[in-house]
Amino acid sequence: MSETNDKIKKISIVCSKGSLEGIYPALIMANGARMEGIETSIFFTFFGLYAVLKKFNSKIKIATVGNPAMRVPDAKGMPLPTIIGAIPGMSAFATKMMMKEMEQLDIPPIPEFLEMIHDAGGKLYACKATVDMFHLEPEDFCDEMEKVLTVGEFYELSAGAEIIFT
Amino acid sequence: MPSATIAGVTVDVNEEGYMTDPGQWTRAIGEAIAAEIGIAPMTEGHWRVVDFLRADFAEKGQVPTIRRIKNAGGIPTKELYALFPDGPVKKASKIAGLLKPASCI
Repeated sequence: MSETNDKIKKISIVCSKGSLEGIYPALIMANGARMEGIETSIFFTFFGLYAVLKKFNSKIKIATVGNPAMRVPDAKGMPLPTIIGAIPGMSAFATKMMMKEMEQLDIPPIPEFLEMIHDAGGKLYACKATVDMFHLEPEDFCDEMEKVLTVGEFYELSAGAEIIFT
Repeated sequence: MPSATIAGVTVDVNEEGYMTDPGQWTRAIGEAIAAEIGIAPMTEGHWRVVDFLRADFAEKGQVPTIRRIKNAGGIPTKELYALFPDGPVKKASKIAGLLKPASCI
């Protein structure tokens, strides 16, 4: 393990999207950072906040509309036209397929992933502006969510960190 | 292939110091690697992780993920990080005489 000066020591991830493909990159990068001994926090904002809402975070879905890279039945298949992606149940179906692949790679469902990141010492924060806008109460959040922060507090906590926006 | 002398034994290692042949490993070697990367003394808890890593590697052919260490090995993530701070799987894997973990999880 090399200890050079340019080793990343601290990161702050802003998770702003509430789709499965919006939330997982943030969680994987956060967990991976902790695995490297990097101090880690995630700031959930706008629809990304759904990742830490206990009533909704096990129901996160892939967007099958407006995603020109999406292919069926697998990653090397045919492009999925938006009009087909809009059929009711498509998003749930695509999500189920993707979750099956992820399970094989040992990528956990979102609630378990949050618990792992939390147990690994990663900090999870919610954005105050979104909390106010969505009329959320403390009991709406999963236990791992540490605190609601203003943007200013987020920057204070991120002193010396690399900030990653997803 | 480079080699290194650990605990008086010459073993095959890669450029990053991970052993490449788990068969050459002994507990004394594990202890010496641990001391070298700042994990000393090796407690019962440390050995429990190392033993699970080696057993699971022998079965599956790859270093288990943190999730697998938790769910199949019964070692809580919090405890794993407390035992091997700042890079638990990398450190435990090195001590266990296994390769650097090749998974993102």
